[in-house]
Amino acid sequence: MKINVKVGIIVFPGSNCDRDMFHVLTDVFNLDAQFFWHEKNLPSGIDAIVLPGGFSYGDRLRAGIIAAHSPIIKDVKKLANKGIPILGVCNGFQILVESGLLPGALLKNNSLSFMCKWTNLIVENNMTPFTNKLKLHQKIPIPIANGEGRYYVDDSTLKKLKKNNQIVFRYSEAVNGSSFRIAGICNEDGNVVGMMPHPERATESVINPIDSKPSSLIFESLLSTIGVQQ
Amino acid sequence: MINYMATYKVHVIIENKPGIRDPEGDTILNDLVLKGSFSSISKIRSAKMLKFEIKEKNKNLAKKKIQTICDELRIYNPVVSKISIEAFDD
Repeated sequence: MKINVKVGIIVFPGSNCDRDMFHVLTDVFNLDAQFFWHEKNLPSGIDAIVLPGGFSYGDRLRAGIIAAHSPIIKDVKKLANKGIPILGVCNGFQILVESGLLPGALLKNNSLSFMCKWTNLIVENNMTPFTNKLKLHQKIPIPIANGEGRYYVDDSTLKKLKKNNQIVFRYSEAVNGSSFRIAGICNEDGNVVGMMPHPERATESVINPIDSKPSSLIFESLLSTIGVQQ
Repeated sequence: MINYMATYKVHVIIENKPGIRDPEGDTILNDLVLKGSFSSISKIRSAKMLKFEIKEKNKNLAKKKIQTICDELRIYNPVVSKISIEAFDD
């Protein structure tokens, strides 16, 4: 019996972490996850939205920009304004930035390489729908897998992000040249969160050699936000 | 009234703003050009070029239209990039 929490996973041409996300939401956390093709509208009654990782439109022009013009993004924006929790992971984060739901830009890593490795995040804001079960400054061992993951904001926007507590995750050490080692941010209201690392690849001990609990807490935070006790 | 439309080629160059690091340009400079002992080169910036073909009444309008497209569709991200546009007769 699934928990009656509907999580929409938006699928774009080139998404490739959608099934991993579906597996984690349904098999690990027992939620009612559904896929929504980017050309469709979103039905009412959705409790949360996830934009998964991948290479929408093959990263043509720049990662996330073409998907950001997809018809479904209008609905995602409406839900964002209503305060529905929205999580963008990796390419999903890039799409949220390119659609204007989150500030900044994601540039090619300083190494110019596709980086696929384990990193450590530090929780900087534990009041979002995806971090409220985590402790402030808690460490999260988690993998990254991206070529355009270097988060950039100008100095004045960075000041604003700090002031509004919009920096959600930082890397514990310099990974790719991101401004202020930022790995994840949220919008001003805190309900839209984007992060480059992949929590869906880290919530099960069988695929997480370090510690799967902190990444699990990202999803348990969502459950607690929607009012479901694990 | 006859509507004189001509085809123009419009080139859009998208590059990082001056303050934004360009690791690709840096790598080409440091690991290729300077190692090849072309020491007179002091800077390389990489860019992406899009070549449009557009039917318009004149070159200026063609250029303006492409600027509008680039702004409205966020062909470049104004946070980090700038564009330069040049129009040519076909």
